[in-house]
Amino acid sequence: MSVLQVRRLRVYYGTPAQPVRAVEDVSLEIGEREVVGLVGESGCGKSTLGRGILGLLPEGARADGEVLYGGRNLIGLSPKELRRLRGPDLGLVFQEPMTRLNPLSRISEHFRETLKQHESRLSDAEMRRRSLETLGRMGIPPTRFDQYPHEFSGGMRQRIMIALALVLRPKLLVADEPTTSLDVIVEGQILALLADLKRDFGTALLLITHNLGIVAESCDRIAVMYAGKIVEEGPVRDVFANPAHPYTRELLRSTISLETTELHSIPGAPPNLIDPPPGCRFHPRCPDAMRVCAQLEPVEKRFDQVRRVQCWLHGPESRIPAGGELPLEREAIGVADEA
Amino acid sequence: MRPEAAELPPEPEAAASPLVSIRDLRTYYSIRGSFADRLVGREAGVVRAVDGVSLDIRRGEVLGLVGESGSGKTTLGRTLLGLARATSGNVDFEGQEITRLPEREFRAVRRRMQVVFQDPHASLNPAMTIGQSVGHPFQIHGLERNRDRLRLRVSEMLERVGLAPAEAYLDKYPSDLSGGQKQRAVIARALILNPVMLVADEPVSMLDMSVRAKILELLLALKHDFDLTYLYITHDLATARFFCDRIAIMYLGRIVEIGPAAAIYADPKHPYTRALLRAIPEPDPERAVPRDLPRGEVPDAARPPLGCHFHPRCPNAFEPCGWESRDLRELLEARWARDAGREGVEEEEALFGDLSALDVPSPEVRFPPPRGRRPEEIVAALERIRSQDPGEPFWKGVERLEAQDAHVRLDFHPPNDPRLERTGEVDVACHLYGSAPR
Repeated sequence: MSVLQVRRLRVYYGTPAQPVRAVEDVSLEIGEREVVGLVGESGCGKSTLGRGILGLLPEGARADGEVLYGGRNLIGLSPKELRRLRGPDLGLVFQEPMTRLNPLSRISEHFRETLKQHESRLSDAEMRRRSLETLGRMGIPPTRFDQYPHEFSGGMRQRIMIALALVLRPKLLVADEPTTSLDVIVEGQILALLADLKRDFGTALLLITHNLGIVAESCDRIAVMYAGKIVEEGPVRDVFANPAHPYTRELLRSTISLETTELHSIPGAPPNLIDPPPGCRFHPRCPDAMRVCAQLEPVEKRFDQVRRVQCWLHGPESRIPAGGELPLEREAIGVADEA
Repeated sequence: MRPEAAELPPEPEAAASPLVSIRDLRTYYSIRGSFADRLVGREAGVVRAVDGVSLDIRRGEVLGLVGESGSGKTTLGRTLLGLARATSGNVDFEGQEITRLPEREFRAVRRRMQVVFQDPHASLNPAMTIGQSVGHPFQIHGLERNRDRLRLRVSEMLERVGLAPAEAYLDKYPSDLSGGQKQRAVIARALILNPVMLVADEPVSMLDMSVRAKILELLLALKHDFDLTYLYITHDLATARFFCDRIAIMYLGRIVEIGPAAAIYADPKHPYTRALLRAIPEPDPERAVPRDLPRGEVPDAARPPLGCHFHPRCPNAFEPCGWESRDLRELLEARWARDAGREGVEEEEALFGDLSALDVPSPEVRFPPPRGRRPEEIVAALERIRSQDPGEPFWKGVERLEAQDAHVRLDFHPPNDPRLERTGEVDVACHLYGSAPR
């Protein structure tokens, strides 16, 4: 059973010149209690996709396509209807926990306000019990319930933010780089908590990150995004063992871990999304690019129910014009043309 | 992979004096209390950001200074650079004591010792072109006034850091550049005066994964070409592995382990070093194992734990590690957090009452029970907690637990500061290895 289905979603940002096509024709499904990792470099549209799903796009953004939740398309819902869904159904955890808590309110007040907003039937005692229980799961002791945000460390504030989202028992939580500003050990602790969500709260999670190590450790499925499109998707084990898209492979190779024996980087930078390259958007940086890649958009290839890729290396051969499989002659990429 | 540091002529051991020699360095920040505090002359406290560090940085090496935020690694770097004042101790740089130099004289030192900070976006003046920024050190030090020669020097340096052709970057503003390109410009500015040493404070941690390797490779190539010595400050042991000849692990102001990088990665000794290594996510799902991470976070450096600063989070802590009053509070709070909402928890909280008496650090705890309770009840509750998890390291520290004179009495083993001691190839400050009395 899927919690949420994204079908052919597009998100454009208006600029004075031309629209920025931040999300282009993206389809993605998130199953119940599933943890899906969304990865890619900065500027590839990951955060926009996450916000698009929750209807939290900034002003001036246009979305079309479908985001299906509980039989309803969230695209086109009024802000009021969206607000009602956000919280009890769809939760969000941001990158900067410091800036998301009200410095003048106690932690207990944050929880009371959230619960009053969405579950006003609860008694005060019940609200307190549920808040303390959720905070406790995140490692925040009841003795600190009445303290102010500044009395907590960065890691604890992020735990509080996650607890604030979880106290409403959402079906899906979108976490956008939730550990980026945290130390390695605290990052590990928070990821362990997020990985336990499905067990403890029955929540599905879309984890947006640029760190593939995090995905390997916490996710069931991975979707790789490049220049506004999902170029590869599949179970984490399959994709990491055998990446089908050259971008996935290069991202994996450039991740520095303790097992890394050689430094590696991807030349060039993601394109601007006002005027992305024709054909496959990765072709100017792709070590395997063929002539066809610069001409035609790749066709989505499905290996089985759960694995798909958009890359001409996987055919179909019938659609590649004559000579299209020859290596692409490209302009050299400057040393410092980088993200 | 890494250029061999074999260029130096063979020198006798004794003659190879270190480039930087740090001895018992302390850098404390005083915390400003409230106005009323200051009025009555009350001390609000000090943060011991660097608390007695001794180490050498050898010519031509890359020393990695690794720790989490709050470890004092950045303050140590800033003290070297004269950006933070040492409270006591010495830093010898090229044979000169620099901690007490007046600012005017320190400028000459900074020509020889430069810095690259973490955030390239904040390191360049947005109103200056890249050419102006990179050439600015010449103006500050009054070294080159001829505009054509200056432009030539800047162009050469830009191309050396990969910003080629230089004409394409000289007149651009920082906002026109990507994060990686900005960091290259910052590196060019740091190296343009030909320093001997570079302090690189998290130079790649704000950059995308796909760019980090390139900047690290650039720094290694530059080190080779310019005969540089690096102090590489980072929280990331994975990048440090590529970069460093030696590693110093810092925790709450102190070095807890230091030695050759190969030895530290092959056989980490200090439980904190092991935890840092374990925390690095491995991008291979086949290899990923459930990680057993230390609890909690780096404590407040204004009130560090007694004994070994790491003991409250340490899975291997035992009797001499410095158990104290605040550890009891942590133990109880962690328990109540875990069981929050379950039956009996609120009763237990009420039994202990106000825990603030435990906030004064001491290995000897005496506290009265809340009104209407007997100390024996609290002792019994603690014994019950112990019996539920007898493996918890905290209990090893408890020497005595009893009700006495209407108070709860809890004595811990006396705290003992571990000192750095040679263990195999590394120096480590941990009672597991030390010769200190157990």
